[in-house]
Amino acid sequence: MDQKNNKTQTIIPNPWDSLKRFTGARIALGRCGASLPTDKLLEFRLAHARAKDAVYAAPDCERLKADIERISGNSAFLLESRAQDRAEYLKRPDLGRRLSEESAALLASRAPGQVYDIAPVISEGLSAIAIERNLRPFLELLYPELRRAGLSAAPACLVRQGRVAVADEVGSLLGARIAVILIGERPGLSSPDSMGIYLTFNPHPGITDERRNCISNVRPEGMPCGAAVSKLMYLIRGSLRLGLSGVALKDEQEPDDALLEEGRGGMELPS
Amino acid sequence: MTYRKTIGARTYVFTSLKDLLAKASPERSGDLLAGIAAESAEERAAAQMALADAYLSDFLKEDIVPYDEDEVTRLICDGHSGEAFDEISSLTVGAFRNWLLLDETTGDTLKRVSPGILPEMAAAVSKLMRNQDLIRAAAKIRNVTAFRNTIGLPGRLSVRLQPNDPVDDPKSIAAQIMDGLFYGCGDAVIGINPASDNYGSVTELLRLLDGIITRFAIPTQGCVLTHITTTIKAIEMGAPVDLVFQSIGGTQKVNESFGVSAAVLREGFEAGASLKRGSVGSNFMYFETGQGSALSAGAHHNADQQTLEARAYGLARAFSPLLVNTVVGFIGPEYLYDGKQIVRAGLEDHFCGKLLGLPMGVDICYTNHAEADQDDMDTLLTLLAVAGCNFIMGVPGADDIMLNYQSTSFHDALYARGALGLRPAPEFEDWLRRMGLFDERLIPAELRPGNRLLEGAEAIND
Repeated sequence: MDQKNNKTQTIIPNPWDSLKRFTGARIALGRCGASLPTDKLLEFRLAHARAKDAVYAAPDCERLKADIERISGNSAFLLESRAQDRAEYLKRPDLGRRLSEESAALLASRAPGQVYDIAPVISEGLSAIAIERNLRPFLELLYPELRRAGLSAAPACLVRQGRVAVADEVGSLLGARIAVILIGERPGLSSPDSMGIYLTFNPHPGITDERRNCISNVRPEGMPCGAAVSKLMYLIRGSLRLGLSGVALKDEQEPDDALLEEGRGGMELPS
Repeated sequence: MTYRKTIGARTYVFTSLKDLLAKASPERSGDLLAGIAAESAEERAAAQMALADAYLSDFLKEDIVPYDEDEVTRLICDGHSGEAFDEISSLTVGAFRNWLLLDETTGDTLKRVSPGILPEMAAAVSKLMRNQDLIRAAAKIRNVTAFRNTIGLPGRLSVRLQPNDPVDDPKSIAAQIMDGLFYGCGDAVIGINPASDNYGSVTELLRLLDGIITRFAIPTQGCVLTHITTTIKAIEMGAPVDLVFQSIGGTQKVNESFGVSAAVLREGFEAGASLKRGSVGSNFMYFETGQGSALSAGAHHNADQQTLEARAYGLARAFSPLLVNTVVGFIGPEYLYDGKQIVRAGLEDHFCGKLLGLPMGVDICYTNHAEADQDDMDTLLTLLAVAGCNFIMGVPGADDIMLNYQSTSFHDALYARGALGLRPAPEFEDWLRRMGLFDERLIPAELRPGNRLLEGAEAIND
């Protein structure tokens, strides 16, 4: 594979190689005729293999639950969707959007019976790695912000094999004004660990996507936790003020460069 | 109306045109998820036979989605041309397939008849067609559009340059744009999917695109693929908007789930029309679609996903778009399970869109939770290039680092153009030569020191 040792030049290089440092995208790959050089072709195959593996990885729920309880200072619920296994989860998103009967009954019977501002929901979604890597640092920044803003949070719910809309059912059973779900996004080739955040005002089953606000690609190399928490708090405040969420709740927050640079500058996230 | 087909001792009954279409649809996971697909392979074959015997005129008598409940149905039916339909009004769906494939049925014939074809008729006939039929019929049709260049001419294949970045970092986006331009991509549009709908960052990206296009006098157009209401606001505030983008679907309810309606699209159209920034043409709307979006929003009215996709084209054609792009494998395995289903859907969408008069491009793509890989993309890319697809995507290394899926790459565009002798849009081709980027063989040239674009790329380092 070490093409440098070949005497015959087989790759036409790209003289704009220096631009690579500005982007995580696969630029200046060089070419052989119209085609990718062999090493680039095989690097791509490896990345695809790892992303495929990420789809099938399972999260360590007991440990995540313990982390959530420690950070939130409150008990958490371990729940599951109606999807029985990974294959069913992939083919039947409708089952991932609903709590299993047992989980719904458990939540209904043990819901503390008060009105909360926020119901935090967590699911591995399509990438357990995303939750394993990003949940803890994110929650450690989020909970102090919620307290500072005087907002009440329901007990967090960790839902195995959930889809985004499962948070609507959880939020409505808990009587929350806003449901926020942190969920593993579909793994990208260069980002198998990307976490998405969706916010819904007045959550109840049957809500469609135009009623949600989304913060995507939360991970150290994408949107760092600090910037994501800041954006989420901005959306929560706007949602509570206007009494809605979704396309009518525009994100007009000025980007905070300091927060965005935090991840790319290699600064360590709090642990 | 009820349709029947007897096979041996068994009679299959289809309770409506909608039921018949769903059962006749080639197998895909989305229709199984919706619970509307044929229950056996034999039932599917029987449905296709019954559909072949149905008359095209049946589609004028029976709505797939009720007229009173759905503005897309109203727009499609009210816009139907009885005069254009006259030429094919006596045909069954099966005879329509035969007619489409006749040598005597030319691109001009199809263009004449197109306003008489309902999206549901296009969907119906596509269900009877093999992949080669979908390619053969689509290849007859050239739907040419123009803004700052001319897209969709015979022998041409354009590319949307898609330089997405997870945090909308301008330097990352600029670096990707340069990479694509060096590879001869970007003649369909340089189109960024922004990570954020934040109005400030959207306008910053609009200015970045406008700056690059103006500085190098590139005969192409820029687009930030944000919600149409954000684009309308950007136009009102005087930001440099070329194209007005929106994702759309085939029912009123799915469009509501996207936060749009026909009236909102009309508002965007009128805002875009006020700008007059095109130099060689006046098409400026850009739509994206994809099978499965209606079901995913619970807005499918128990119709099959391919028929609903064709209805989205019925909506699109009311706005004379510059570009329509079916993002075929983006939605995931619950709608199109594997490479075979993605390939089939890509060809169906391209054919139906072309037949309905649209400038069809295809985002040939898959996600990591679908059973597909680059080999499947190579297959679909080659088939669509033969079918005369207007444009494909160009993503660096096929890896979109913001949307987390794999599409076609700048290399793939070079491959498809090279393998089939296809060229970029003529104005863009001239620019590539003038800038010393491509040589007379239409492949990337060795860049001379002092090349203007190379100097521009190096300036990103400053």
